[in-house]
Amino acid sequence: MSDVESGHAGRTEGVGTLTKKDFTSEREVRWCPGCGDYAILATVQSFMPELGISPDDTVFVSGIGCSGRFTYYMDTYGVHGIHGRAPALATGIATARPDLNVWVVTGDGDALSIGGNHIIHALRRNVNIKILMFNNQIYGLTKGQYSPTSEEGKITKSTPFGSLDHPFNPIALALGAEATFVARSIDNDRQHLTQVLRQAAAHRGAAFVEIYQNCIVFNDGAFDLLREKAQGVHNQIRLAHGKPIIFDEGKQCISVGDNGRLVITDVESTPPERIIVHDVHGRPSLAFALAHTSPWPTEPTCIGVFREVERPVYGEAMKHQIEAATDRLGKGNLERLLHSGDTWTID
Amino acid sequence: MAKQVEEKQDVVIRFAGDSGDGMQLTGDRFTSATAILGNDLATLPDFPAEIRAPAGTVNGVSAFQIHFASEHITTPGDHPNVLVAMNPAALKAELGSVEKGGTVIVNEDAFTQHNLEKAGYARNPLDDATLDGYQVYRVPMTSMTVRAVEELGLARKEAERAKNMFALGLASWMYGRPVDITLDWLERKFGDKPQIFDANAAAFKAGYNFGETTEVFAHSYRVKPAPAEPGTYRNISGATALAWGLVAASERSGLPLFYASYPITPASELLHELSRLKNFGVRTLQAEDEIAAANIALGASFAGHLGVTGTSGPGMDLKAETLGLAVMLELPMVIVDVQRAGPSTGMPTKTEQTDLLLAMFGRHGESPMPVLAARSPSHCFDVATEACRIAVKYRTPVILLSDTFLANSSEPWLIPDIASLPEIDPGFATGPNAGTEYLPYLRDGNLARPWAIPGTPGLRHQIGGLEKDETGSISYDPHNHERMVAMRAAKVEKIADDIPPLEVDDPGGDLLVLGWGSSYGMILAAARRVRERGRKVATAHMCHLNPFPKNTGEVLRAYEQVLIPEMNTGQLALLVRAKYLVDAKTYSKVQGVPIFAEELEQAILEVIRS
Repeated sequence: MSDVESGHAGRTEGVGTLTKKDFTSEREVRWCPGCGDYAILATVQSFMPELGISPDDTVFVSGIGCSGRFTYYMDTYGVHGIHGRAPALATGIATARPDLNVWVVTGDGDALSIGGNHIIHALRRNVNIKILMFNNQIYGLTKGQYSPTSEEGKITKSTPFGSLDHPFNPIALALGAEATFVARSIDNDRQHLTQVLRQAAAHRGAAFVEIYQNCIVFNDGAFDLLREKAQGVHNQIRLAHGKPIIFDEGKQCISVGDNGRLVITDVESTPPERIIVHDVHGRPSLAFALAHTSPWPTEPTCIGVFREVERPVYGEAMKHQIEAATDRLGKGNLERLLHSGDTWTID
Repeated sequence: MAKQVEEKQDVVIRFAGDSGDGMQLTGDRFTSATAILGNDLATLPDFPAEIRAPAGTVNGVSAFQIHFASEHITTPGDHPNVLVAMNPAALKAELGSVEKGGTVIVNEDAFTQHNLEKAGYARNPLDDATLDGYQVYRVPMTSMTVRAVEELGLARKEAERAKNMFALGLASWMYGRPVDITLDWLERKFGDKPQIFDANAAAFKAGYNFGETTEVFAHSYRVKPAPAEPGTYRNISGATALAWGLVAASERSGLPLFYASYPITPASELLHELSRLKNFGVRTLQAEDEIAAANIALGASFAGHLGVTGTSGPGMDLKAETLGLAVMLELPMVIVDVQRAGPSTGMPTKTEQTDLLLAMFGRHGESPMPVLAARSPSHCFDVATEACRIAVKYRTPVILLSDTFLANSSEPWLIPDIASLPEIDPGFATGPNAGTEYLPYLRDGNLARPWAIPGTPGLRHQIGGLEKDETGSISYDPHNHERMVAMRAAKVEKIADDIPPLEVDDPGGDLLVLGWGSSYGMILAAARRVRERGRKVATAHMCHLNPFPKNTGEVLRAYEQVLIPEMNTGQLALLVRAKYLVDAKTYSKVQGVPIFAEELEQAILEVIRS
């Protein structure tokens, strides 16, 4: 049955060789032409067979927004829920059935605005769900209002004089919510996204993956610094566990500044012992500092896994509690329950 | 000299004291002893919302009322015959409800200048005319309790704390309640704390012996057992009965029970009770909010569990969105609303029947859902299993209405035979339903859709809140939407074929008193009084509120007059007037307390006279 040790839930034996087609529904995909969602969908559909888990044991749950349609395009079990509530729906599914491979697809408005409460609690409980948060820094489906990740001063239909809201830093938020797996990737970087999905899938418990996703209609170019090859080479800071954090073709690095803060410096002028060696299992403060080293995708930005730590998985813990209670008290007997305490008999 | 024993047919006692005085416990123990004696009984706990309101104030008074009798009774009683008041505030708060000429037993020690001031008494009511016309017993309960336990070496505060057991002992003597039941309970409760056990037992016995030996009380009373059907009985509160009914439905269906809830008065008791029953495979989850609780339950249902969420009115407001989704997903789910006085925070610990229209219509779009209501504490068990039966059979969310009064009060219950409970067949889909395909919204003869749970080979499907056709694919086709709206309504309406007809208790006459929910007992009691006066009144009580029983219109139209007593401003009346064009009248009471039999009797008589 499920291989809980590795984080993979769902049957793997007797499944045979799976292909992308096994995870692709027959429905016509209806996002705007050129939307970053297409690339993410293709990457997820291509990646899922690799897990070897039957699509029958796989569930995709989504909320409202452009990302919400994702469920309909996956040939797995799927629920397209209501705005912001996908992590709660998925919590019910994954807690009831630890044998299922449960994924949540959400967006920045869905997850961080209307569903903010659900996402932080799903993360702290460490429910065995893999959350893919498509961050396009805009409300697309409602036609272009600013989102909780839009930059300050953003001009949109609902903020013609500029947004006054300070945006969320999704990675920092997830870390603050005690998430056990936190990562970031980019819609059009298939290889990197696949690698992050692989690690998320292997993680035991809740995984939070922020995916920078280009909204071609309402916020085109928001991530060009990272998405466009020519610029990406200089601005993607690729995190790899155990490796020094060096980017820009070896020219720049993240190092400890004079006041202890992490800063971006030239490798040449940085003493090697000051260059940060990435550690996903270490102190949360490192991941948090990295999240804040480059908080917005308007400058060199970290992608990859920020943090990965072990903690009991919620659904399994609940199952164990039930087993332990049953061992201790015996399997519940309804007849005995109804007759427990003071009773009297009339002949 | 042996004291006289006087026979009584029924007695209403109200124990009242400060919230910290242990009055609920006193009432509860008196109830257990009464139940075992075989009296019929009904109880009404009445406590403030504050966990510890300022001590000694009228706001901080906590009371427990029990009505017990040698005949069948249906209400906790309008007016206590006996008030046990542990302090001046309790006397002040409760005296008004005591019957004229009733008995008042006060803890004399508590009537200090300080306590009198806190209760707002300018003069000591024991010394002026306040209690004229009542039979007053001044018992120094605190000091006698302290004396009874003085050998145990407890601190004075600790010793005083046992005074509720003194009161219980005295009341037990007065009404001939068995002593061993209470002592056994104390043993079970405090067996591992011998000093506390000794103190409570000593106080209890001191109270009992005080009644028996002093000259203060000339009589004690006996209330014979009430006739009842043969069988094994227990006393049960509505909250426990509801929780157990859900567990029973889980057992009968083979579906694991998954209860997700957010703490809220007065529904938290359900969460507490179910959380204890892990060895029944019950999963309980205290969610981050009401919305999450509903979604988690719905997710569990999608995964093949019996998803249930429980709350009270304010939580229902928040869950509305998810209920709409459940209507669209067409998955089994039960939503328990333990109604309390609203709107908004209202009066959290006070009862009301004001969520009927919310249950019926409180969602956007056309989103019909079955609605059931329990009528008595033990009936909560039956309604819980019935709600689950309907939810599973028809793949629909079902709202179950209880209320604060039902949840907290208790009555004797003939424990049912498990085999007699309805069988619930989950009927999971196991294969394709349209050739080689699985169509998630292809309906059966009940208009219910198939339920294929994740992990079922080959039945992968996607469902959601968007309008769709039989395949589950999104559809914006105007005619499809209208058809689906009609189909969802027809499915709920069709449940009427599967529920019992509305029963009428009709001795003749032109007036029908129609009720729903917890006013059941009061309506029966009022009708009995009216009939005892030689007047005729018929009664009927609704458990299924959506859909209504099929014969409802026929029943209503058979009477010249229909009176609907409700703890709201006329919600059921609005529904039946709209649906059946019947000129139903409302008897409304929205005070956070149940309708009294006496006031309803007057209301019925007025209608008969008119």
